[in-house]
Amino acid sequence: MNLEETRKILKPRAEDALKKPAPYGLDLDLSVFKLETGFGAGIEGSERILESVGIDLMERNRSGSYYQVDNRVVYSSAKRSGLTVKPLSEALEDSENLYYYWKAIPVDTDKYTAAAFLGEKEGYFIKVDEGVNVDTPVQACLLLRTPGLIQAPHNIVIVGENSKLHVITGCAAMREEAGLHIGISEFYVKKGGTLTFTMIHSWGKAIHVRPRTVAHIEEGGVFISHYINTSPVSSLQTYPVANLKGKESRAHLLSIIMGRESSQIDIGSVLELSAPSSSGEILSRTIGLDNSVTVARARIVGNAPGVKGHVECKGLLLSNESRIDAVPELEARMQDVQLTHEAAIGRIAEEELIYLMARGFSEEEAKSIIVRGFLSVELTGLPENLAKYLENILDSLAALIKF
Amino acid sequence: MLYLKGLLVELGSKTVIKGVDLQVNRGKLVLLMGPNGSGKSTLLHAIVGDKRYRIVSGSLFFDGMEITGLTMEERVRLGLGLGFQFPPRLKGVRLRSLALRILEKRGLPRDEAERILEEYSRLLRMEGLLERDFNVGFSGGEAKRAELMLTLIQNPRLLLLDEPDSGVDVENLAIIGSAISRYLSSNGKASILITHTGYIAKHVKASEAHVLLDGRIVCSGDPEEMVSNIMEHGFEACANCRRARR
Repeated sequence: MNLEETRKILKPRAEDALKKPAPYGLDLDLSVFKLETGFGAGIEGSERILESVGIDLMERNRSGSYYQVDNRVVYSSAKRSGLTVKPLSEALEDSENLYYYWKAIPVDTDKYTAAAFLGEKEGYFIKVDEGVNVDTPVQACLLLRTPGLIQAPHNIVIVGENSKLHVITGCAAMREEAGLHIGISEFYVKKGGTLTFTMIHSWGKAIHVRPRTVAHIEEGGVFISHYINTSPVSSLQTYPVANLKGKESRAHLLSIIMGRESSQIDIGSVLELSAPSSSGEILSRTIGLDNSVTVARARIVGNAPGVKGHVECKGLLLSNESRIDAVPELEARMQDVQLTHEAAIGRIAEEELIYLMARGFSEEEAKSIIVRGFLSVELTGLPENLAKYLENILDSLAALIKF
Repeated sequence: MLYLKGLLVELGSKTVIKGVDLQVNRGKLVLLMGPNGSGKSTLLHAIVGDKRYRIVSGSLFFDGMEITGLTMEERVRLGLGLGFQFPPRLKGVRLRSLALRILEKRGLPRDEAERILEEYSRLLRMEGLLERDFNVGFSGGEAKRAELMLTLIQNPRLLLLDEPDSGVDVENLAIIGSAISRYLSSNGKASILITHTGYIAKHVKASEAHVLLDGRIVCSGDPEEMVSNIMEHGFEACANCRRARR
């Protein structure tokens, strides 16, 4: 079957789902946005914001790059053998790759996946061949430039057997005008493979964000995801799924959310422990500022013997007008599973504040130390310079808060 | 260096310190003793300016200047430093980075800050704990040593220490005592040290001791004599002494 035939089969399902709301988050009227290629130029003028979301335009310490502006690919490169980085449209010319096309995510999941499928233009395709350790990250940059547009990249990442890959994706918008980003990401980690995926979002207060992500992890595979949202958004709703399909596979899913201004955020991670002795954890840190509203979700489904899962969901309210709801869910469908969760939401403790002020810090400095401490989570599995980079981002997030 | 006159302090709606006069001179270490709930911690927190402890009357002078109306930040900047009895656990805040920030807050360049931290962490045997979150999972002795280290590197001229010896074994007691003595041997320092048990008295050289009972200083005198009396007879003896003095 070729691409055209595959799309023909999927099309009626997508069309039927065009009005299907997502179960969570603000329901958007898609008719106010258009899904076009976009007439945006390249990345000129956005160098600083791209740097802030982890993109190194000099490609130092990068194994490959992919830049997309609106729905147009402006650059892609792979700098080593065994690694493919190319636009999705090109990758799908090879019918073998169709095996991964809309397989982890059904096109009729909701109206956003349906719209993304029907108007599909581009996205990144990253593949690592069997037994290849790509030790420096591949970077992907998704820039939204044209107002009123739906940017809907469809990304596919395949990590071959016993291979290793780091991907860092930076997403940003250049303007304050309205827009919608629907990122479709299908990840496939083969037997013994490891994928670390780091995503940094810096949208803007007029942008709606609806990423749809599903990862399939095979036997002994490892999937590590770090998500950081740094800027205000109009609304953000995402509930990515890591499906541990192979025995003894593992996942570590971390999100760090800054609820700023009037952002409406509904975010979480799902861990499906579907194979024997698979395990993983979901960690989240949410900061509630201004009049932001954040729902922090986490769900672990234990559906195989000997699985272990843990949720740690923490929220820090820094404004009386902001709100954080933590919704951890554990679903045990067998006897031999071990699922645990801890959730805590609070304010800065006066005791800690006074203690630090007695150590000589101003109230503002003391709060900033506490916030930075709150954001300190172990960044596992990352190469040293990427981990350091993320630490710096967390430093600047803590410093950015004005008390 | 420090002079308290007729100090009354409220915590919540309760008057805890009911009129205390106290003077601490440069170069001196003063022991403050008393049973639980007598107001020892309240007094030190009020001196350093912890806003939870409200000074309702009386005055505080530091180096001849009245500091009663100053905020804690201002008092700390003048050279007051308080080592807490129960410092909070600070998750995600590593001891090393906290210590370096304190040193940099003093205006020291990074390399100088690193050097001082190394010196004090060696002195207080903290080397193995610097990468840990402050106070998270610390043993009793570790918590006391960490707190003393952070207080000393602030370089306060008036060192206020709230029970640095409680819940500490003999070996830690010696480490803590010698660090305090060494610190006070440098010029222009003074200290008020609260001890519930008096154990620390063997390891530091105090010039004077005071006993606080129900918010008032009831007995003052030679530290060695007072510590041994209290160890033998408890604070009961001080209460009797107070009655006798009336």
